[in-house]
Amino acid sequence: MVPTSHYLFLSLALFTIGVIGVVTRRNVIIILMSIELILNAVNINLVAFAHLWKQVSGQVFAIFIITDAAAEAVVGLGIIIAFFRNRETVLADEMDLLKW
Amino acid sequence: MNPLPYFLDSVWLIPLFPLAGAALMLLFGRWLPNRSVSVICVGSVFVSLGYSLGAVMQLLGRAPADRVVQRVLFQWVTPGPVQTADGLKGFLAEWGVMLDPLSAVMVLVVTGVGFLIHFYSIGYMGHEGGYYRFFGYMNLFMFSMLTLVLANNLLLMFVGWEGVGLCSYLLIGFYFLRKSAADAGKKAFIVNRVGDAGFLLGIFLTMVTLGTITFTGGGRIDAPPIAGIRETLAAGFASGQFVLGAPVLTAIALLFFVGATGKSAQIPLYTWLPDAMEGPTPVSALIHAATMVTAGVYMVARTNAIFQLAPLALEVVAVIGAVTAIYAASMGLLQNDIKRVLAYSTISQLGYMFLACGVGAYIAGVFHLMTHAFFKALLFLGAGSVIHALSGEQDIRKMGGLWSKIPTTAKTFLIAALALCGIFPLAGFFSKDEILWNAYSSELGRDLGGVLWFIGALTAGMTAFYMFRLVFLTFFGNSRVPHDVEHHIHESPRSMTVPLTLLAVLSVIGGFVGVPAALGSFAGISHSFEHFLEPVIAQYAPHAAEAPVVATEAHHDPMEYLLMLTSLAITGVGIWLAYKMYLQRTELPGQLEARFPRLYRLVYNKYFVDQVYDALFVNRAKDLGTTLGSFDSRVIDGLGVDGSAWLTRLTSRISIWYDTWIVDGLVNLSARIVWLFSLPVRLLQGGRISGYALFIVLGILIFLGYYIRELRAMIQ
Repeated sequence: MVPTSHYLFLSLALFTIGVIGVVTRRNVIIILMSIELILNAVNINLVAFAHLWKQVSGQVFAIFIITDAAAEAVVGLGIIIAFFRNRETVLADEMDLLKW
Repeated sequence: MNPLPYFLDSVWLIPLFPLAGAALMLLFGRWLPNRSVSVICVGSVFVSLGYSLGAVMQLLGRAPADRVVQRVLFQWVTPGPVQTADGLKGFLAEWGVMLDPLSAVMVLVVTGVGFLIHFYSIGYMGHEGGYYRFFGYMNLFMFSMLTLVLANNLLLMFVGWEGVGLCSYLLIGFYFLRKSAADAGKKAFIVNRVGDAGFLLGIFLTMVTLGTITFTGGGRIDAPPIAGIRETLAAGFASGQFVLGAPVLTAIALLFFVGATGKSAQIPLYTWLPDAMEGPTPVSALIHAATMVTAGVYMVARTNAIFQLAPLALEVVAVIGAVTAIYAASMGLLQNDIKRVLAYSTISQLGYMFLACGVGAYIAGVFHLMTHAFFKALLFLGAGSVIHALSGEQDIRKMGGLWSKIPTTAKTFLIAALALCGIFPLAGFFSKDEILWNAYSSELGRDLGGVLWFIGALTAGMTAFYMFRLVFLTFFGNSRVPHDVEHHIHESPRSMTVPLTLLAVLSVIGGFVGVPAALGSFAGISHSFEHFLEPVIAQYAPHAAEAPVVATEAHHDPMEYLLMLTSLAITGVGIWLAYKMYLQRTELPGQLEARFPRLYRLVYNKYFVDQVYDALFVNRAKDLGTTLGSFDSRVIDGLGVDGSAWLTRLTSRISIWYDTWIVDGLVNLSARIVWLFSLPVRLLQGGRISGYALFIVLGILIFLGYYIRELRAMIQ
């Protein structure tokens, strides 16, 4: 049996990779993918604790988060396409119109 | 119960048909096809003609003394007191029509000739732009002219008088893109203004002298009775208030005549008429030959009650008429533009009419007015047909030999020329003979020892010469038409030749209504025209011997035959000379020109009158305008307007400085303070998403670190 801490380390690794991706990458698609990594790290956490405490509600919550991630990906990709049509770029550092 | 038969009752409708046509054309004509424009405008004049014929028929059905009908439509100037020489008098002006023998003749001439010319214009103007505009103006002219001749008072007559002037201006300048046409229109309008001022002053003087401007009080069936000019003068004459030759009446008559010289192109205001030939040819025929220019003659005949009491004014009228007749004829001798020859001829013939009025033979003047309307309209329409055939050529030096190519035009033109020259049975003979006989036999004519007659006869000879010079150069001899134009020579369409033919018929038979006693008494047709018009002429019974009496049948003088033959002989000489010089020995005119170069140049340039007028009046008026203009631009604009503008600019500059540096400065200062304090915060907002994400992560880490420290502290 795999101890819970392994899951937590995997989750921590994925979360860190995701955060670094969000902060450092310029391509918005990569950023979105990084956000997916963060969400999935959370999912692993939830499932791991659900397994540890034999409670199924954590797994149900993971399913909700997957659904939410799919919806978020749809909206995010839609925004990126609309944005690309207007500005012909998907690079986050060129999206600077909302500054002062 | 209205006692008047239908057409007499609806005389007031006659001017309204063309008015409706004009309103329709000028408001909506732009969107109408040419065909409906023709139907509406020619139709409206045709309906007027029908109503006029009906009304005159019914007028003829009444007893001679009863032949005057007035219909008052409404009161125009409401009754009020006016200060006259003999105290306050009630004065009013009405909008009313009057049909009496004189206006009956005029209304028939205007609508009859007007209809034929409208009909002709369908063919002549068919290819021109602004077709609806042309017919709109023409109908407006018909309305004004009919108002003029049907008016029952001087003021309404003046409305029509100005209306025809306006339409004349609009139609002379019909081709307004051509500068010469626009200038000619302006010239006609301005020269007429001079005359109109005289006419208007005459009306005012009548108003304060007689207290009325209505022509006569007779025939007012459905209107309250008022005293007209005629009745007032007759009463004043009987009571001794107005004597023969009263200065005020002479002044009125002379002022009226000033108006007539403007409208009817007499010396010294004749210069506009030759230039008016810039208008389309039907306009020249209708306005500047047949109707409008005769308005002056009509006006003098209409106000004969005043002229009869002003012998001095009559003398002026006669002398001006005679001098104009011969003077204009002499200018016509050398003109090369087919329409200008006819224009000078018109001035000359109008001179004849004034000569007749001046010697007291108003009826002869009106008779000549009528016959002249027929043959001069025909001459102009024929000239138009020639111009049409030659694709717009008006110079008779570039014509010739057209007789067989445009036969209908040529024949009708020849008939009109013969009628104008006064060859025996044609219309012009009777009217011209009547005038010449009166010029010889009237009191004034005898006083001047036959000079008036001599001038008239000489003019007849000159008329014959220039008319046949025109006929020979245009229709006979060798063709001088340029080759490329010669291919296109064609007889005009039916819509043009039919009016020509009808006018030719009128030119032939038009004179028979006024056959003189010397020729017609045996057939019982003598003087029917004169008897018809006689009631219109005022008679001052107690002194009838003094006033110039209208010639009656009593003048069975053998002298009349002699004069008739003399004038015919002079005319014959004129024609023979023209034949000699322009058909047989065509080198003669050139030789004469070389023999008398100065005289030739003087006549050819119309005695330089235009130049003299320019130097004396036109340029002086322009100088006055320039002076006033520079006063306006220097003093009023410079000192007044520009000065106050400079002051305004100065004060506004001070305001601007205060506004920019004090008011706006305070606002900007507060903005600047906010800007300064926001500087560090603003730097955080870089606009890059990854930057914001980093802040979020750092924030989480800070909180997490704090949380973990707290947790540790709790555990320990």
